Amino acid sequence: MASITLQGVRKTFGAVEVIPGVDLAIEDKSFVVFVGPSGCGKSTLLRLIAGLEDVTAGQIRIDGVDVVQVPPAKRGLSMVFQSYALYPHMSVRGNIAFALKMAGMNKAEIDRRVTAAAATLNLTPYLDRKPRDLSGGQRQRVAIGRAIVREPKGFLFDEPLSNLDAALRVQMRLEIATLQKSLGTTAIYVTHDQVEAMTMADKIVVLNAGRIEQYGSPLELYERPANLFVAGFIGSPKMNFVTGAPAAALGAATIGVRPEHVAVRPGADGPRGSWSGRVTVAEHLGSDTFLFADTELGTVTVRAAGEIGLKPGDSVRLIPDSARIHRFDQAGRAIRG
Amino acid sequence: MATRQTQILGRSVTAPSVLLLLAWSLAPLAATIYFSFTYYNLLNPASGQFVGIDNYSYFLTDPAFLASLKNTLVLVGSVLVITVVLGTLVAVLMNQPVIGLNIVRLMVIAPFFVMPTVSALVWKNLLMHPVSGLFAWIANSLGLHPIDWFANAPMLAVILIVAWQWLPFATLILLTALQSLDGEQLEAAEMDGAGPFSTFFYITLAHLARPITVVILIETIFLLSVFAEIFVTTGGGPGLATTNIAFLIYSQALIQYDVGGASAGGIVAVILANIVATFLVRLVGKNLEA
Repeated sequence: MASITLQGVRKTFGAVEVIPGVDLAIEDKSFVVFVGPSGCGKSTLLRLIAGLEDVTAGQIRIDGVDVVQVPPAKRGLSMVFQSYALYPHMSVRGNIAFALKMAGMNKAEIDRRVTAAAATLNLTPYLDRKPRDLSGGQRQRVAIGRAIVREPKGFLFDEPLSNLDAALRVQMRLEIATLQKSLGTTAIYVTHDQVEAMTMADKIVVLNAGRIEQYGSPLELYERPANLFVAGFIGSPKMNFVTGAPAAALGAATIGVRPEHVAVRPGADGPRGSWSGRVTVAEHLGSDTFLFADTELGTVTVRAAGEIGLKPGDSVRLIPDSARIHRFDQAGRAIRG
Repeated sequence: MATRQTQILGRSVTAPSVLLLLAWSLAPLAATIYFSFTYYNLLNPASGQFVGIDNYSYFLTDPAFLASLKNTLVLVGSVLVITVVLGTLVAVLMNQPVIGLNIVRLMVIAPFFVMPTVSALVWKNLLMHPVSGLFAWIANSLGLHPIDWFANAPMLAVILIVAWQWLPFATLILLTALQSLDGEQLEAAEMDGAGPFSTFFYITLAHLARPITVVILIETIFLLSVFAEIFVTTGGGPGLATTNIAFLIYSQALIQYDVGGASAGGIVAVILANIVATFLVRLVGKNLEA
């Protein structure tokens, strides 16, 4: 239950500048996701907030108090690690209770809290097991239990679901989001998976090379990307970018249109502003079909709902939805209005 | 190696070497058992007759036996404690990022490559010698009376030498184990509010439980048969102060020329080693499971 504010936070490792300067305000009780390609500094930023790395310059304020000089345990944040980092020789109970024991809490209170956390996470039957006797999902729950039992001001998640299989990931995603809402604790969540980012976040921070490219709600990012990077990073399959004459006609250096906003029609003829192409690959997912078509503008991806009867080699006409074309200037910034 | 054919092939090809190895180790054991039941003295040409368990009762009732048994246990136990405790601390230190770590590492490992006889001689003549040794010089320059190690504290001197030799082994094993400790675990402990001492006891030491078991098992095997260090420095004395079982058997065979008695002692030592090993495996072996 805290607001977290970053002001001019910089981090360098030797001569390498990983975070050139970040300003960010995270509101109380919100779920913020840091997303970006690998090496973009999102984990480093999280570790700076946690206190596992020292900032080179700048302030990190939790509830208005600068915590740059405060050791990690005293910041009131708890962290869930990518590898879970469970203590292998301690039982589940020991793992969850460790932080409380270190804080010198009395036994009865520790017991009460551990029991409550275990009940929340459906871990009660496993309390006396060792981590190695648990499945991946259960270990993940123990790691979360270890985080919530301290009743922290904020949770920090460092790619916590990347070691789980796809089905479990969807389930844990839901559980984490539900838990965060019911506890009302501020959470920062690092991931490279944009589906996790879009589904869990109240607000998303898109990072690239240590810089914040855009900070906004998932739909804001999808509908109004601030620049080429965000436009290309958010959305799957990736947005189609077109340069040259079609872009110049709209007064932009680059235009982008999402695959789901391109209509496809078999045959070689189509209305003005449409592109002719030839299907190279068709991916049939059942609910959707992804078409990759060669056009004079390069490869264009199309996402069509349901099943359409097009095969590689077919001639198609691609009609972008003119209302949903994103325009970008020479520097890659979005042109509004 | 899954099919029956490859299994049969594998077994038939390895069989000769296994049989040779078996013969190689069983023949001396059989000979020792045989000699242990005969009167066999190198100075007496009329030896070779069967004497039953005389050699055993003689060896076991010898007051030197109990003394040397006690010495063996003291030596093994002390060296184990010193090497494990110091080895853990040195390994923790060496696991820190320090400048010149490679050189430090080499220096720490070096004693292990020195032959026992050589290191014992170095300790005896260069370090612990009451007149010309380094320790005596230090004591003198501090205005203290130098200690005559091998006369006044012979067992302690032997323990120090042997511990010095085995410290690198313990350090090396524990250091490699420390390097496999997951960094995120340490960070998790840091987030959980564990200080350096709590982290050491709850995380590091717990992580080292298994390698420490390995160190104890392996060192025990070798420490039960320490010989060269005693032979070179004290010769088992003064009196019986530094005679362990291995040295007692040696003196039986090659000082008193009593091969029969020494053989009996050898068999007793084998049985004792097995008892110790059984206890040890029971005591610490559960650490090695799973």
